[in-house]
Amino acid sequence: MERLIDRYEKKLIEQGLAERSQLLMAEIETEIVWNRDDPKCGILADVIKNMNISSLCFSPPAEPYRTLVDFLSSRADTITLKDNETRLFLHDLPVIREFSAEQIVAQLNRRKAVIVDGHGIVTYGTVSPEQTFVVYSSVLFSCFVKFFADFLEHSLDGTISDEEMTTFKRVMENLPPSPQIDMTFKKAPFTSENEVYDAVSEVGKPVVSYGFVDSVMGNISYLHKDILYISQTGSFLDELEGCIDPCPVDNSSCTGITASSELPAHMLIVTDSPKRAILHGHPKFSVIMSLICDKKDCEFDGQCHVNCPDPRYVKDIPIVSGETGTGPNALCNTVPKALKEHRGAIVYGHGVFTAGQDDFNEPFHNLIDIEKMCRTEYFEKLKKAGIEV
Amino acid sequence: MSGWNFKILRIDLTTRTWTMERPEPAVYHKFIGGKGLAGYYLRDHITRNWDDPAMPLLIFAGPLVGTSAPTSGRMTVMSRSPLTGTVGDASVGGRFGTELKKAGWDGIIISGQSQKACGIEIVDEQIAFTDATSLKGSKTSEIYTRLKDKGAVASVGPAADHRVRFASIMFDGHYAAGRNGLGTLVGAKNLKYITMKGTGKVHVSDLNGLKMAREEIFRMAAASPVLMGQLGITNYGTAAVYDLTSSRRMMPTANFRKTYFDDAIQANAGTYHEKYQPQKSGCRGCHILCKKIGNDKRILPEFETMNHFGPLLENADIEVITRANVICNEMGMDTISAGATLACYAEIENKRLTGDEILSLLTAVANGSGIGKELGKGSYEFARSKGKSEVSMSVKRLELPAYDPRGAYGMALGYAVSTRGGCHLRAYPIGNEILRKPVPTDRFTFSGKARIVKIAEDANAIIDSLTACKFIFFGATLEEYARAFTAVTGVESTGQDLSKIGERIYYAERIMNAKNGFNKIHDDLPQRFFKEPGSSGNNIEIQPIRRDDFLTARNNYYIVRGLDGNGLPTKEKAEELGLKWND
Repeated sequence: MERLIDRYEKKLIEQGLAERSQLLMAEIETEIVWNRDDPKCGILADVIKNMNISSLCFSPPAEPYRTLVDFLSSRADTITLKDNETRLFLHDLPVIREFSAEQIVAQLNRRKAVIVDGHGIVTYGTVSPEQTFVVYSSVLFSCFVKFFADFLEHSLDGTISDEEMTTFKRVMENLPPSPQIDMTFKKAPFTSENEVYDAVSEVGKPVVSYGFVDSVMGNISYLHKDILYISQTGSFLDELEGCIDPCPVDNSSCTGITASSELPAHMLIVTDSPKRAILHGHPKFSVIMSLICDKKDCEFDGQCHVNCPDPRYVKDIPIVSGETGTGPNALCNTVPKALKEHRGAIVYGHGVFTAGQDDFNEPFHNLIDIEKMCRTEYFEKLKKAGIEV
Repeated sequence: MSGWNFKILRIDLTTRTWTMERPEPAVYHKFIGGKGLAGYYLRDHITRNWDDPAMPLLIFAGPLVGTSAPTSGRMTVMSRSPLTGTVGDASVGGRFGTELKKAGWDGIIISGQSQKACGIEIVDEQIAFTDATSLKGSKTSEIYTRLKDKGAVASVGPAADHRVRFASIMFDGHYAAGRNGLGTLVGAKNLKYITMKGTGKVHVSDLNGLKMAREEIFRMAAASPVLMGQLGITNYGTAAVYDLTSSRRMMPTANFRKTYFDDAIQANAGTYHEKYQPQKSGCRGCHILCKKIGNDKRILPEFETMNHFGPLLENADIEVITRANVICNEMGMDTISAGATLACYAEIENKRLTGDEILSLLTAVANGSGIGKELGKGSYEFARSKGKSEVSMSVKRLELPAYDPRGAYGMALGYAVSTRGGCHLRAYPIGNEILRKPVPTDRFTFSGKARIVKIAEDANAIIDSLTACKFIFFGATLEEYARAFTAVTGVESTGQDLSKIGERIYYAERIMNAKNGFNKIHDDLPQRFFKEPGSSGNNIEIQPIRRDDFLTARNNYYIVRGLDGNGLPTKEKAEELGLKWND
């Protein structure tokens, strides 16, 4: 039987987040089981003994993350970030300078992850090693977004330091190019429930493999005969078999209680427009561009994620505010409206929604296009600020 | 320090006197409040018989209660269980806990026995004893209606008067301290009701810090489909879980002989919603509002009640289920034990109860009449008296709730090792095994479950001590609640600090149970689950639980929990946790 630590070790490596030779993962039942032997296991075992946990992960990030994480961690004892994942789950990222059990425990006691400056990231789980993977992945996503957003802002302000410039160049050397994607998906009409399940599962795989979501972020749905088939909360979009909930639009069954947090937004999109195929990913440059705002001394500063009164766009794509889930500030109040008039919408600090009328071909290609456009726009802005890449 | 009042009210019903106790801050730091502090005061009495007048009834609220910390309008009621003989406790909502704190108390310890039925009326530090003989036999709603102007109301109904072993205490009309038969103990003390009113305020150390913690918790709750989603608890109450247990083939049916009920959909949350068009209601200060009140003003059944008067009795008539729920609330009985005891009776009698039979049997149980008197002893005693104790689907004599253990192995282990008997809330592994929170786990394996159960028990022990609602932890974590705790009390703390205090509180319960002879023999499931398969289908196989795997998991749990091979606490572990050890 595959051990859970092996499963998540594989994911971290395949997704380019860690290197096998440096990644340490442990799961604990009555004793600690490591994915491999390493001199650091001793200190990490002391961490485990001092915490009420069932799994632990430590690794220096793989490039390009390592360079940018090292840069961020060298400059602050706490990294504060603006993206949705951090705001919602991580809150902030503590940094320590010494790879010691005492210091690691002190920070993990209060936060889900700690960055050990120059060493790597430590995360833990109380239920499954999956938590260590999700948090580790979220840390890298958040740091990536912060580094690039800060760099552009500093470029525009003319406050780039030499160190930041050097770091940026090194990050760029390792940044994978924008992927060239030429894919088509099953074409509508879908005549059976099984065809819908297959279509949703099919589109989930490239959304992950091309990096449009990390870990368990993002969600996918399709409306078929008054039932919205939507990926479950906390599901891996490239492993959706058995993880799609059928939710009747008349709410006659609560089976979909395990559906994605964004069910309300998906439901409103399909019931209030002719759209029936919805994709939500967290492509990084779209998220980064959503954070870039020219307005200075704004009275709504700090509230951009819930209340931005100004219409903002990247080219033709609106940037809207809104938080995950439900409530007056939720994105279900903004995204469905935006998608009525646009081929996609970027949620501030969060991700991109696209929707199609027939099948997943239209929303998938719009998702790719929006991310490409944001990436191009990012570097155009840098160029205008006098930074050639 | 804030949050705590540092005052405990001791009441002696025999002499009708009261005193004030002021515990040292160190006691609070060690046991926090609610369940933890109640357990601290129970320990020296735990070997008494439950009906010994000296056996205390403990009502304790935690430091967050009375503040704006989300879902903190709860408290713990505790004593030795008349049904199980174990530590018996219930976390209960309503507004009693908030009034208790505002009245300047952290808890009440009620001992002694009144000569005749009495009531206690509390307004801040004024405590009055009343004659309640006229209320004997009254329904809890009648008592509530008569007394609600005096503040929050706790009362017991006819079931407690007749010593039904699973009698509940009803708070503010419809919030039940349901499990473990604590209402029976109140009845034995000849205490009919308590009213509680506070005019003070619970001081908060750092209002801005609490505001920030609140915002984090609200944000995480809003992102939780289970809580605030359109199919979640806020809209459908706990009934929202019903369709899941059905689709996962783990719906206890026909006294756990089956795990799927063909007519389940006729009695699901959507059907209740359509028929009764409920409004939301909830505990003081809660934004989830999980209680649902029908358009005819009746409280709609919770998930467990839906199942136990529904599929467990092979009944799909939601009006019967709703009326059964009303009877239990009015008479003051735990719906889970009541439904499971009727299911046990139906199996022994080899019959399917009609709706009328269900309702008349419940009334007979509450009134101690006819066969009801025997059933009022609980399913285990009833089945044993018929020579069929194996038909009682209980652990430590506490009837099992509405998740079939063959469909969720963490739940199976959680039921078995729970300190209060067959309870889903001690470890509450439904979060990871069914609801995918915080992450999903494989529900058909014991691998990893010993530690998951132990960590969750610790977490839930501290949640019941703070006091907060377990539901909110389908979104938030102890990390955010530690910030709230620190903001309220001024005591620096972290999520892991709280978890470790939870470990101490839970271990103290194992120590108390051990003093009453509980060991690994009692940490077990009914044999049915090891021998009979459930209702497979829809590509889901529900096999009998492999006994060897269960025993291995239980042994692993003992290791992780720091118990010996017999499931008993050790002096070393007790001392490590800062607990006294006196054999």
